[in-house]
Amino acid sequence: MCDQTFVAATFGPCECCTKPSPLINIYIKTEPINYCSFCVEVMACQGLQKGETLASLKRETETLKKKLEEERGKLNDVELHQVAEKAEAVGALSIKTKRVLKGHGNKVLCMDWCKDKRRMVSSSQDGKVIVWDAFTLNKEHGLSLPCTWVMACAYAPSGTAVACGGLDNKCSVVPLSLDKNENLAAKKKSVAMHTNYVSGCTFTNSDMQLLTSSGDGTCALWDVESGQLLQSFHGHTADVLSLDLAPSETGNTFVSGGSDKKANVWDMRSGQNIQSFESHESDINCVKYYPSGDAFASASDDSTCRFYDLRADREVAVYQKDSIIFGASTVDFSMSGRLLFAGYNDYTINVWDVLKGNRLSILFGHENRISRVRLSPDGTALCSASWDNTLRIWA
Amino acid sequence: GRDIIDWLIQKYNVSEEESLHVGGMLVKYGYIYPLKEPRSLVLRPDESPYRFQTPYFWTSTRWPASELDYGNAKNQTEGVRGYSVLHKRINHTWDFVVMQAREQLRASKQRRKADRIVLECQEQAYWLINRPPVRSLLLLCSTVMNQIETSRRALGRNRVKSSICLEGFVKYSEQYLNHDPIMQGCLPSNPWISDDTAHWTMNADMVPTPTRLRVERWSFSFMELLEDSMGRREFMTYLEKEFSAENLCFWQACEDVRHGESSRIVEKVEDIYKNFLAPGAARWVNIDSKTMDKTLEGIRHPHRFVMDDAQMHIYFLMKKDSYPRYLKSDLYKNMLAKAIVPQETKKSVFPFMRRQRHSSPSPAQAATQAEDGQAKGAGQAGTNSAVQLSA
Repeated sequence: MCDQTFVAATFGPCECCTKPSPLINIYIKTEPINYCSFCVEVMACQGLQKGETLASLKRETETLKKKLEEERGKLNDVELHQVAEKAEAVGALSIKTKRVLKGHGNKVLCMDWCKDKRRMVSSSQDGKVIVWDAFTLNKEHGLSLPCTWVMACAYAPSGTAVACGGLDNKCSVVPLSLDKNENLAAKKKSVAMHTNYVSGCTFTNSDMQLLTSSGDGTCALWDVESGQLLQSFHGHTADVLSLDLAPSETGNTFVSGGSDKKANVWDMRSGQNIQSFESHESDINCVKYYPSGDAFASASDDSTCRFYDLRADREVAVYQKDSIIFGASTVDFSMSGRLLFAGYNDYTINVWDVLKGNRLSILFGHENRISRVRLSPDGTALCSASWDNTLRIWA
Repeated sequence: GRDIIDWLIQKYNVSEEESLHVGGMLVKYGYIYPLKEPRSLVLRPDESPYRFQTPYFWTSTRWPASELDYGNAKNQTEGVRGYSVLHKRINHTWDFVVMQAREQLRASKQRRKADRIVLECQEQAYWLINRPPVRSLLLLCSTVMNQIETSRRALGRNRVKSSICLEGFVKYSEQYLNHDPIMQGCLPSNPWISDDTAHWTMNADMVPTPTRLRVERWSFSFMELLEDSMGRREFMTYLEKEFSAENLCFWQACEDVRHGESSRIVEKVEDIYKNFLAPGAARWVNIDSKTMDKTLEGIRHPHRFVMDDAQMHIYFLMKKDSYPRYLKSDLYKNMLAKAIVPQETKKSVFPFMRRQRHSSPSPAQAATQAEDGQAKGAGQAGTNSAVQLSA
C-alpha cells in the first residue's frame, strides 16, 4: 500500500525503545520511521527543543528557497527568446481534424497511444475503457470498470496490455485478447494500491513495471507481475496530478506535478527528489518532457504553461496571453520540440512556439474542456480527448 | 466474549445476531478491548477474555481531534486558512499532550507492577483505536524538514549556464525539423491526411531498405541508434566485424535485468556473470577494475539495479569509441546511400473519393497466438475497412 495522508498504525517492536506497541509510521527524508506513540512525541519534542518551533522551521525553508533562487539567477546570462531570435520563424500551420472518435458515453478523461502509431486506449467518466484503431475508427476492445472516473490509462510498450485506474484508488493491468467472447474485465489484475484516487499512470520501458501518481500525495513504482511496491516517492504536499517518464539515456528519472504548485523531478532508483520547481500560481495539471529530456513543460490552472530547463535548473519561458483566462489542463511537444500543444478548459487547443514564446495557432472543434492531448509516437498526428465525449485526431 | 453476548441478549431482550452486532460496535469503538489479540477488534462468542476500558480512554470523552487532511489542499484558500487555524489549535493541544505524557510517565513509575500492566493494556487498546492529534503536527514537521533537506541538496547542484542550455534547444529543433511531420510534412504523405499507410509500411521494423530520414537519425545520437531496432542490428553487425560485439550483448542483457520480471532477476544476473564477467568467460567485457569489483560484490545479493554501474560503463565506452567510428564506416555510409527517399504523393485527382482505410494486425495478436499456437485473425487485414464518403 502506498500512502502518505494517513500515518498508518501498525503493531510491533518500536524502533527506538523496542517495546512492542502500536506504532506510528512517518517518513523523514524518505526513510520510514516506526516508533511507538511515546517515542514519537519524545522525538518531536527533542527536534523542537533545539530552539526550534514549527514557525522557525518554516522560516528556514523560506530562507533556503531565496538562496536557491539567487543561485539559479547567477547563471542566467540570457533569456530564451533572445537566443531564439536567430531561429527561423515557424511557417503557417495547417492543422485540421482528421478523425472524430465517438463511442464514449461520458467525459473522456485520458488517452494513450500504442507504439504501432495508430492504436490508442481511452478511458472515461462512466468507467469504460476502449481500445481503438484510430486510423479506421474501429473499436477493438472495450471493458467496463466497476468504478467511475477512470482518470488514468496507459498502453503497454508491447501492445498486448493496457493499464487503467482512477477513483477506485487502484491501477489495474488488463491483457488484451482478440477473442471476441472473452470478458476482458475478468483478466484484470490490480497492481497499484493507493489510499486516494490514481491520477496518472505509465509503463516504464517494459510491460513489467508501472509508475503511478495519486491524490494521496505520492508516486509509486510497482512490479506488475507480483504487485509489489518497488519504490515510493514522497515530497508533494498535496495531490499529485500528473507524471512523465524521462526519455534519457540512463532512463532513471521522471517528473511529477501536483496541487501544491510544485513540479518535482525524481530518481527512480533511490526515491529521492532531485529537483523541484515552484513558479506556478496554481495547481499543475500536466507535466511533459521535452524530446531531448533536458527540459519539461507544465500546464496549470493559472492559465499558463511554463518551460523548465533541467540543466540550468530554472524556468525559462512562460506561455500566456491576456485573452487566455481558463486553466490549461494538458501539454505535449511536437517531434522536434519546436511546437507545444496545450489543451485548455475553454475548449480550445493552443499551439505555442516553444522557442520564441508566441502563440502560432488555435484549434477549435471540441465542445467541452480538453482533458488530454498526446502526439502519436511518430509525430504524424495529435490526439485530443475531451469532456464532450469524443476524441479528435488532428494532422 | 460469550458472557458479553449472553448479557446483552438478556439485558436488552435481543437476538444473538443483534447482540453480536452491538457488541462488535462496542469493541470497535474501544469501550471493551480483547486481551489476547489486541489488533483484532472483533467480539468473539467464545472464551476469549475482554476487559472494560477506563472512562478516561472512552471515545466519547475525547476532545474533538483536529484532523489535518492534506487531501483537501486542492482548495487553495481553504488550505491556507486551515493551516493557521490548525497551528493555533495544535500549539495549545501540543503543550497539553506533552504535559500529560510527562505526568503519566512520572505516575507510572510509582505504580505497582500489576497496575502498570493493566494501564499498559488500556493504553495500547486506546491508541489502536484513536489516531492522536499530535500525529498531524508530526506530519507537518516531517514535511517541512523534508523540504529543507531537498532545498539544501538543490543548493549543492551543478548548474549549466543558460546560454549553453538554451542554445541546445535551438540546435535540437533545427536538427529534428525535417523529422517533424506536423511542421514539415512527411513522405510520401501523412497517413492521417491521405488515408495512405505507405509511410508506415516504409518505416516498419523489418524492411529490406530503410528510408533516408531514418538512417540520418541514427547519426543524431547514440540513443537514437539503439532505440531503432534496425539501427541496433546494423550496429551489432559493425561490432562483430570489430570483434567487440560482446559490449552490445552485455548492454542488452543488463537492460533485460533492469526492465524484466522481478522473479527472473537472480537467474538473469547469474547468466550475465557466466557469459560476460567470470574470468575466462566466452564473451568477457572489459570493465575497469573498480567497477568490476563493485559489481561482483553486488552480484552476491542480486537486485534489479546491481548491473547499473557496469552497464553505464559499457554504454559510454560504446558511445565514445565504437559509435563515432560506426558513423564513419563504409557499412553506415552504404546504408545511407541506398536508403530510400519516397516520392511525395500528389493529392488525388478526385478529392471526394476517400481511399479504403486498411486495418493492420493488432499487437494483441502476439499474446493470443502464444496461447493457441495458430495464426488467428491474419485474415483481418482489409476486412474491416469501408469506403467512406467525405463527411
